[in-house]
Amino acid sequence: MKVKLKVWRQKSRNTPGEFRTYESPGLNENMSFLEMLDVVNEDIANRGEDPIAFDHDCREGICGTCSCVINGKPHGPHKGVATCQTYMRSFRDGDTIVVEPWRAAAFPIIKDLVVDRSAFDRIQHAGGFISVRTGAAPDANSIPVSKENSDLAMDAAQCIGCGACVAACKNASAMLFVAAKVSHLGLLPQGQPERYKRVKAMVAQMDTEGFGSCTVTGSCEAVCPKEISLDFIARMNRDYGLALLKGEPKKIAGGVAG
Amino acid sequence: MSIVSGILNSSLGKKYIMAGTGALLFAFVIAHLVGNLQVFGPPELINNYAHFLQSKPLMVWGARIGLLVIVGLHVWSAVQLSVANRAARPVSYHDTEPYGSTWQSRYMLVSGLVIAAFIAYHLAHFTALLPGINGVGDFSKLKTELHGEEARDVYGMMILGFQVWWVALFYMVAQALLFIHLSHGLAAMFQSFGLRDHVWWPRIQIFAKAASIAIFIGYALIPATIYLRVVGTDYAEKVKHSMVESAAPTKPASKETH
Repeated sequence: MKVKLKVWRQKSRNTPGEFRTYESPGLNENMSFLEMLDVVNEDIANRGEDPIAFDHDCREGICGTCSCVINGKPHGPHKGVATCQTYMRSFRDGDTIVVEPWRAAAFPIIKDLVVDRSAFDRIQHAGGFISVRTGAAPDANSIPVSKENSDLAMDAAQCIGCGACVAACKNASAMLFVAAKVSHLGLLPQGQPERYKRVKAMVAQMDTEGFGSCTVTGSCEAVCPKEISLDFIARMNRDYGLALLKGEPKKIAGGVAG
Repeated sequence: MSIVSGILNSSLGKKYIMAGTGALLFAFVIAHLVGNLQVFGPPELINNYAHFLQSKPLMVWGARIGLLVIVGLHVWSAVQLSVANRAARPVSYHDTEPYGSTWQSRYMLVSGLVIAAFIAYHLAHFTALLPGINGVGDFSKLKTELHGEEARDVYGMMILGFQVWWVALFYMVAQALLFIHLSHGLAAMFQSFGLRDHVWWPRIQIFAKAASIAIFIGYALIPATIYLRVVGTDYAEKVKHSMVESAAPTKPASKETH
């Protein structure tokens, strides 16, 4: 099979970009979308042109590095998969496929289809952690976790931080990502001590990064390769409200040891 | 971070304002509908009700100022959030057809702004009684007698007002937009407050659809039945006559002309 690619080409962050059209060489329909890009790039490179830059790493749907908006939908036409698990058999011979980078002010383009997602890292740094003493691993099951909570926490922990939620949202909102991180730790006993501090810090960082806010359209949930539910955004909203009601921890007057 | 600055300065906080003021406005819309449906009773019923409200200036002005503040907050946070949302995606996609979202959810700002324009017209029409905009004449000349006192003839005003085709049409268009706005907004309200999970979400969505349809039918019935001359046609002939007479320069406006 052969396809036509309409790809966003942009040299660097501050240069203007444009769509360029490429004809693919003959393809195997069982190639992944990224393998197709490799083949097209080889062709481009052989002609002495600059190949299309795109993000990829594990190519098995667990790292969250790949990031193309394919025909208007992040990660391509299927539900619950990343771009690396999208195969050419999902397209027809002769199709024109539009390939774009994630588009958000908080995700500046580095080159072509590669965007800078370090905004997500900074949100994680703000509160996406728990403070524990390191040392010998504690006994398994020494802290009981209810089945319901562990299931929910695992659902949230599925988030691979790819940013498809931001790419799909009409407001470029990162709430599904932040909600998944807040819920993942907030549902487990180890995450309780910092639960309310965490949600405030992560939401504040999210706002600072310039993401939009949630209008409950459901686009993020629909494109998420890990099918993270909007339920988690509700959970984050609830935790944030509780955090505001609880206020800052009170300082104890004259509180010194001894 | 105090609770006030946490609400006013964060994206999540502004969503709380949207949801909280939205809930209060929803309560008002129901109360207002119950009041207005009295137009289907005898003229004295709604005139008595209006007279009762008018005779409690403290309550009426309290409600008016309260509603103004609520609407103001609702619009203020909507505008603030929309500006931030637009800024979050400076470059749009090749195909702007969004994925996985309902159109009601994408046009909240548009439906909201038309409803705001309608509220301004509605206040000028039936509260300030500006004579130039109703297509009939000076509504402030419509008087009736209740318990031996002179009172405003709200029934006559509604009947004459909605017999004008473009007024009836504008009211019904505004109600259709309110239906669109509420069918998304009522469900999103629960999401913003975090009052949902996967069990309650389908129920909340059914509630939002059912409540918005009921409100649409209730409100749209009033201009529709009056315009189609199902309700109050005889009464309209009578008061039209009295409006012309009372408008005559020789007679004081306070005099009844039964």
